[in-house]
Amino acid sequence: MKIAILIIIGAAGGVLGGMGMGGGTLLIPLLTLAAGIDQHLAQAVNLMAFIPMSAAALALHVKNKLVRFSALPIAVPAAAGSVAGSFLSRGVSGNVLGRCFGAFLAVLGAVQLVSCIVGTVREAKREKSGVTRGADGEIKSEQIVRR
Amino acid sequence: MFVVKKIFKWIAAFVASAAVGMVNGFFGGGGGMLLVPLLERGLSVPVKRAHATAIAVILPTSIAGAITYAAGGTFDLNVTLAVAGGCVAGGLAGAALLGRLPPRAVAIIFALVMVAVGIKLAFF
Repeated sequence: MKIAILIIIGAAGGVLGGMGMGGGTLLIPLLTLAAGIDQHLAQAVNLMAFIPMSAAALALHVKNKLVRFSALPIAVPAAAGSVAGSFLSRGVSGNVLGRCFGAFLAVLGAVQLVSCIVGTVREAKREKSGVTRGADGEIKSEQIVRR
Repeated sequence: MFVVKKIFKWIAAFVASAAVGMVNGFFGGGGGMLLVPLLERGLSVPVKRAHATAIAVILPTSIAGAITYAAGGTFDLNVTLAVAGGCVAGGLAGAALLGRLPPRAVAIIFALVMVAVGIKLAFF
């Protein structure tokens, strides 16, 4: 029964992740609140559970030439920071870590909300001026669309 | 002058990505969402490429974090396999849904849920 709940939780996180919305951030509270898993373990599971999916998504993006390889050196300090951050979390109790995580989640959500609203407003303006964008989000041409 | 600017840009990007990695390790996720704006604003990568490149950066970052958690004894094979299996199935469904649902509306609902769950976890 618990396994079924875990699969459903994973699927929910996967749907959001597959849509490119960072489903992992909601996977962790789902694991702690719905499945009663300890905060530390939920975080470890989240890091591992997304590896196969990200690898598949990455292969597709590489094939579609969407990855900017010249930016990849930043993965080195990011990975080093990740090891340090994972070490640091060991020294914090599950309760405190959960509360900090909640604050982090709320801030991420608020940032996404603002960027969504800004994006919608910008898009509406762009539609008026008729600027079109290519598949990779770069401005390709500017045409005046007359209605 | 241009070279100095470029070096400065990369130093800033390295420091910021180390911080993002640290947050990703400490909270066990969320780094990808921070990397997209970093790539867009810091290294002038266009939106869609920034999303793809963020995955390329966060994958080794998450693997490094996962190994550190497991090395500290925080690991459960059954839970990980069940969640990862659901995740792959859900990921395929999510990718298929991508073109069918209005992305901005979904993103706004998702953001509201994040704020609500975050406040609940932080204070209750």
